[in-house]
Formats: sequence, C-alpha cells, structure tokens
Amino acid sequence: MKARLPLTILTALLIFAAGYAALFIAPEEKTMHAIQRIFYFHLPSWIAMFSAFSVVFYANVAYLITRKRKWDALGVSGVEVGVICCTIGLMTGPLWARPVWGIWWTWDARLTTTFILWLLYIAYLLLRGLLEDPEKKASLSAIFGIFASLDIPLVYLSNRLWRTQHPQPVILGGQGSGLDPTMGKVLLLCVIAVFCVMILVLVDRYRLELLRNECDELRFAIESRGAESGSNPLRANEPALGKAGR
Amino acid sequence: MTTVRAAGTILAKELRLEFRTRELLTATVIFALVVVVLFSFAFDPTPAESRRYGPGLLWIAFLFAGSLMLNPSFSREQSNETLDALRMAPVASFAILLGKILANFIFMSLAEILLVPIFAVLYNVSLAGIVGRLIFVLVLGTLGLTVTGTVFSAISAHARMRELLLPLLLLPILTPLLIAAVESTAALFAEQPTLDRTWVAFLAGFDIVFLTASWLLCDYLMED
Repeated sequence: MKARLPLTILTALLIFAAGYAALFIAPEEKTMHAIQRIFYFHLPSWIAMFSAFSVVFYANVAYLITRKRKWDALGVSGVEVGVICCTIGLMTGPLWARPVWGIWWTWDARLTTTFILWLLYIAYLLLRGLLEDPEKKASLSAIFGIFASLDIPLVYLSNRLWRTQHPQPVILGGQGSGLDPTMGKVLLLCVIAVFCVMILVLVDRYRLELLRNECDELRFAIESRGAESGSNPLRANEPALGKAGR
Repeated sequence: MTTVRAAGTILAKELRLEFRTRELLTATVIFALVVVVLFSFAFDPTPAESRRYGPGLLWIAFLFAGSLMLNPSFSREQSNETLDALRMAPVASFAILLGKILANFIFMSLAEILLVPIFAVLYNVSLAGIVGRLIFVLVLGTLGLTVTGTVFSAISAHARMRELLLPLLLLPILTPLLIAAVESTAALFAEQPTLDRTWVAFLAGFDIVFLTASWLLCDYLMED
C-alpha cells in the first residue's frame, strides 16, 4: 500500500490542526469556559465509535454469509478500534461532567448505553482470546457480535423508558441548537480528523489481522501434520510450508 | 412438526438427565438463596427498603444463578463428546437448540417456584392477589434469560475458562431484560399492584428479538 505514508502524514497534520483549532480558534463557551473544549474530541470519538461498530455489524453478517476470513479480520479490527474510541469517550465525558454537572457520572440513558456497549465489546474480545480453533473463533464471535448489536437499541430504549419514569437531577444540556458558527466549523474539522485517525488505525489493524491469520493457519497446518506423523513438526514438514500458505 | 418432535425428544433427554441427580437444580436454588442472604447482610434493609430493593435483588439472584446454571447445557455435551452425535441427528439444528432452551426454561422456572415464596417470607412481600400476574412476568423474564443463555452456553462451550466466560457474555446483554423485569416486578410489589404494560411489552419484545435471532443463527451456531 503505497499511499499509506502520505495518508498517515495527512491524518497527523489534520489531527494537529484539529487540536489547535479546538484549543485556540474556537470561541470560549459562555458558561462552561475552557472545559467545554473537550467537547471537540468527546463528540467526534463517539461518532468514530459508532462508525466502527457499524462496520463490525456489517462484517459479522458478511462473515456468516460468505465465510471469507477477511470479514472476520475486519470485524475484530473494528471492535478493537471501536473500544478505543469508546474508552476515549468514556474518559473525556466524566472529565467534562465533573466541573460542569458537579458529578463524574450519572446513570443517564446515553451514558449507561455506551458503558454497556463498552462491556459487550470487551466481552467480544475476551471471547476471541479464549477460543482456540480459528474457524470457531470467527463464526462464534460473529454470532456474539450480532447479538451484541441487536442488544444496543434495546439497552438504549430500556434506559430511556426507565429514566423518563424516574427523572434525574442532572439533565443533559441541549446545547446543539445554538452552536456558534465558528464552533460548528471547528467541530466539523475535529469530527473529520478523528474519523480519519479511526479509519487509518482500522485499516492498519485489519492488515495486521490478515497477516496474523495467515501466520496462524500456517502454524496450525504444521502442528496438525506433526501430530499425524508423530515426528518433530517444525523440521519434518518444512517443504510443505509453501503449499499450506496459499 | 418434525422439529417440534425432535425438540421434544431433546427436552425429554435433558429432563431425564437432570432428574436422575437433580444436582443442577439444587445448586441453582442454593446459590440464589446465598445471594439473597448476602444481600441482607450487605445492606441491612428496613422493611420499607426491602420492598424498594426486593425486585432488583430477586432478579439479580435469578440472573446470577441462571448464568451459572446454563453453563453445563452445552459444556456437558462438549466434555462427553456427545455434541457431534447430536449434530449428526437428521433434525433441524434449531430443534436441538429449542429442546435445550425449553429444558433450561423448565429448570429455571422450577428454581423460581421454590425461590419466590422463600423470598416473599424473608423480605415481607405479600404475594396474595398478584400470583397470576407475577408468574406472567417471571415467564417472560425467564424466557429471555434462557434463550440468550442457552445460545451463549453453546458459544462458550468451545472456549477455555467457559464457566467464567458465560456470565461475562451473558450479563451485559441482559441489562435491558433486567431493567424491564425489575420494573414490572416492582409495579406488582407496590401498594397498588399493577401490571406495567410498557415493561411487559418490552420483555415480550426482548424475547421475540432474541428468539428470532437464535432461530436465524442456529445453523451457524451448531455447525461443526
């Protein structure tokens, strides 16, 4: 992939520009002051996370239908990148909430849903780590991924219903309506920058996973042959490596 | 029709296996009781508080007990190497899953039949007049728990550390079910018991979504 280096440099420039714009160009928010600037990375990380998890759902379904290993690789890459974005969101959120709402955390519908989302996809990664057979790993984690994706709307809906019945003292301030034009532009830049970083990492991770898969398959082939012949697998089957590869 | 009959056969096999020893049921009931007792030590609730926290405690106990009880459903087949024999049977793979879901549903319901009266005594909840509606809520909640739990038991059976893995997979997925079940049970335990239609509909929706998903995905789940 020749375009990788220029694209990486471009993304790096973009994210630096976004950071600069968020800190120095965007106007100061009237009531929240400087802390509000965390918003320029908080919201983009959520957008990146939802994009990553949408990719995961698509990849999971595509894997079960086509059985192509690349979809499995895309699925796990999407989960890892999505979990990172989710972690960033979950960390920037409380940092912002503490000075503004006065509390680190509230069991609001959106917060709770993303927390559950984070737990679900961590479980997905754990599951993959504990499954040995590559075929099983791919198909079972795809099934779990689909169940997790189906669960997300239900989690959100249940929290919405729950919280409307028991109002909380802290309500998410609806500030989206009156966003300053400069703020809007900076926000757009930040969304694009974070999204590009997410895509870059996702693609790299995807390619790494493909290589890793190939490596695992080769090792698996060597080991199973070694078990059949009973000899030292690594030595006895060296010539067979080429065949097992592709 | 053949699917239903095959599921019935699997169900009969599971029931026979369990009622030879009854170890699963005993362990489940005792575990749930331990949770209930520990809760009262941890929070020392007054009568008013136990009414307030009771529904949540009841469902937490069911969910924890269920996430342990559902483990052997497939891991037993896995360690006895009988899963391949089941797979070779000339029936739809959903029949196998359905039989297991029904069996787990019956085990869980039996445990609940024993636990709910004990819970009512310990936490001073009057069950008079709400038994029918409570059973309805329990059935809907337990169905959701056993459907997802049985599917995840089939997933975790192939993994290492499966006893630990199943609760990790299952409990986060069940959060919407937990909220809905607790809220509808709380509405029944209130001074004026009512059947909260929103939450009951939500429970039914949860069951339908995951039962359909299990039906659609069971071929992939049961393949070799």
